[in-house]
Formats: sequence, structure tokens, C-alpha cells
Amino acid sequence: MKTLAMISGVAAAVALLAGCAGGPSRSDAEYRQLALDTIKRDFQAKGQAKYDRLTADEVQQACNAHANNPPADLVLKLTGAQFAGIKLPADNSYLGDWKEGEKIAQSGRGFTWSDKATDPAGGNCYNCHQIGPQESSFGTLGPSLLGYGKTRGNSPEMQKYTYSKIYNSKAFNLCSEMPRFGHAGALNETQIKHLVALLLDPASPVNK
Amino acid sequence: MKSHVALMAALSVALVGPAAAQTKDANAEFEKFRAEMEESSPAELFEARGEELWKAKRGPNKVSLAESCDLGQGLGNVEGAYVRTPRYFADADAVMDIERRLVWCMVEKQGFKFEDIAKKPFQGANDNNAPDITNLVTYVASGSRNMKFDMPLHDAKVRDAFETGKAMAAYRAGPYDFSCNTCHGTDGKRIRMQNLPNLATSEGAIRGVQGWPGYRMTGGVMLTSQWRMNDCFRQQRFPEPKYASQAVTNLIAYMTGNANGQLYKGPGIKR
Repeated sequence: MKTLAMISGVAAAVALLAGCAGGPSRSDAEYRQLALDTIKRDFQAKGQAKYDRLTADEVQQACNAHANNPPADLVLKLTGAQFAGIKLPADNSYLGDWKEGEKIAQSGRGFTWSDKATDPAGGNCYNCHQIGPQESSFGTLGPSLLGYGKTRGNSPEMQKYTYSKIYNSKAFNLCSEMPRFGHAGALNETQIKHLVALLLDPASPVNK
Repeated sequence: MKSHVALMAALSVALVGPAAAQTKDANAEFEKFRAEMEESSPAELFEARGEELWKAKRGPNKVSLAESCDLGQGLGNVEGAYVRTPRYFADADAVMDIERRLVWCMVEKQGFKFEDIAKKPFQGANDNNAPDITNLVTYVASGSRNMKFDMPLHDAKVRDAFETGKAMAAYRAGPYDFSCNTCHGTDGKRIRMQNLPNLATSEGAIRGVQGWPGYRMTGGVMLTSQWRMNDCFRQQRFPEPKYASQAVTNLIAYMTGNANGQLYKGPGIKR
């Protein structure tokens, strides 16, 4: 009886809150659904940005549904699947040319509706990261990568890890804000190797 | 004014030049320039054109917006309309931002075709003139200069638009897994040298809505919040939000609601 009274009390409080002018009238999940319905109705394909881009894949869905903090078992399952999808270089070599890597890191091109689908995409790296010491125009959405190889060393394991992280950041941190450059087909094997060299080659300015 | 134009041209080059040129100095230079320009803002030209359009009998129905369009402040009244939208309009049964409402009036009252307005709603870099709708928005916005944002968030329908906009801002999809919040959900972040407002906060939201509609120095064009939302989704690698759609209103409602209580300075200047 006590519980019943408590439940009805809670229900009354909830009803009061919901009816209260100014507050949200639906749950977060309902607004998420409303947002998705609105997006699907009110967006249209343009250039290479086709309509199907609006559909979240299983990783995006998990992050969207849980405010970028999904339960541990789901994280384990999905990071595992993302990790399994990483294609490592067949020749087992990871270090490209850091000078080419710098050019890729500088370029923010690719995948917008105003980019030509046939042009190669850039890495967008400087948009979010400090990398080379000579570039003062860098973003801060991601951590600084200055001295990346100097502090971590240049072991085969570190090369493989760095390649994999660029290929698919979600294999390591499911709701990372960093794009999955290899998985998305934005950067190919050669381009990722150049970026690995930019970060790990002792001759790269990043490590001077 | 002549020296302004020269300075503007020089700054335009600096701002769209190589990344290395986009230093902190460029930020400081731009702020100096904006302060200097406030006395003779290029937006005023567009306000004047907008006022003419507002008062002219136009469209197949040959009526003026001044005599037929209610922006929420009474028929023909533009004062305070910009800072009090998005709001719910019973005649349209929809929550609308100011641009969407003006389009609605042009279609429903003046008899223009929506498709004709939506065909090219934003000024391109090679266009000499801004579209009529941009001039109209700029005029109406000037009627809220130095007024506080006061979007009616207590209205349940406006609240729904706000909350839906908030959820849309968090929606991650596309090839890069981006949402609006990837760039605009945390304090104190930058892309390259560009500071990013956190739209979830009052301080960030006012930075998101301040200065629009704005004269954009990159390209020398007059643009509105509708355009800004459109270009965000381009950079987000999403498909395009339809012009004057509910989706865009929801996002503008999310930002404006968070900026409520803060002062709107009127049409401005943007990089």
C-alpha cells in the first residue's frame, strides 16, 4: 500500500512536471526519434552526399542512443567488430614518406557535396590536431600530436597501432569524434602509411 | 568607405589565403575591422533593399508584405519579430524561423511559388545581388537591433522544436561520423584557428546567432542563418537540409532558445 501511494505520488509529480509550462513534454528517446524523422523528411541528396548517408550504422546508432557512452558489453562487441574490419598492409610495412604525409594532413578536402567524388580526400588532420611544429594554424578538437613518435618510439607495434588508429579510431574508442578514415574509404593504404611516417619517422619534423 | 573597401579586399585575401596566413593576427585584424565597420555596415544596403521589398505590392496577388504578413508582432510590424522567432504561427500550424515565415507569407499572401524561391535562396560568390528573401530577412532583422532574444520557449510547440533541434544537433551519421556537436558541443575548441562556439551554452549560442544575417567577407555576399545551417551540413558531410524546412527551424530554435536573454546587435559582418 505504501509503495502504491509512493508510485501514485511519483506519477502525480511526473504529470505535474510534464504539464508545467516550459518544460520538455517528451522523453529524450522520443525527441531522438522525432529528430530522426525530421532529418529523414527534410534532407535531400546533393552532389556526392547521397540520401543514404543519413542512416546511422551500428556504431553511430549505439553512440546516438547512449549520448556517446554506450554500455560496456555493447562497446566490447562493437569495438571488436570494428577492429576485425581493419585491413593491414599486405607487405607488413607501415612507414611511408612523411613529406607526403604532411601534405595529406594539411588537406581538408573530401566527401562534402561541393567536393568532386573523384578527387582524393585529404586527412583533415590539422583541422583538429597540432602536428608539425612549423604549422601554427591547427585545431584543438583532438589531442596534440607534436612529438608523437619521440615519446612513443618507433617500434613495429607502435607503427601497427598508429596505422590501425587512423584506419578506424572506433576500434579503440567506440564513440571517438575522429573519423574512420580507412573504414570510410577516405584514405587508402598508401596515404595512411604516409601519415604514419609523419607521426613516427624520426626524420619527421613532428619528432625533432 | 573607400578605405574600408581596400581594407576589406586585403583582409579577404588574408582570410582565404594559405593556412599559415590564418594566424591569431588575422583574428585580431578582423575584430579591428568589424569594429571600424560598425558605423557604416555593408548590411545597411541590404536592409534598405529589404524595406523597399517589404512595402512594395508584389507577386501575382499584387499585395505588400507590410499589409498582409504577420511575423508574430501584428500585421506588418517588424519590430522585435526577429528576436521573438522561431515561434508558433497558428495560420500555418507550424513553428517557423523568420526566413521560413517570410517565405510562407510570400507564397500564401503574395502568390509566389515556393519552388521559385527555393531554387536559389542564397547569394553565390559570383552573384552581384542577394536574393529578395535575403534582403527581406535583413530588413526584418534590423527591426530587432539592440533587443534581447526572447524566443517563446514556454510555448509547448516551440519547446518541441527546441528539443528536437537539440536532438538533431547530437545525431551522428555520414562517412565521418560527425554531428553538429562534434564541433559545437564543447567549450574552448578550434578548427584550425577558428574558434568554435559550444551551442549548448548561453555564451556559445549567442555567438552562433549573433551577426546573422551577415555580410560575409569570404566572397563578399549577404547571407542568413538558413544559409549558415546549410553550410554546416555541407561540412558535416551530410546531404542538404531542404530550404525553409522544419529541420532548419528546429536547429535555429535550439540556438536561439539557448541565447534567450542576450542582446542581438542586428545584421552584421562575418568572415
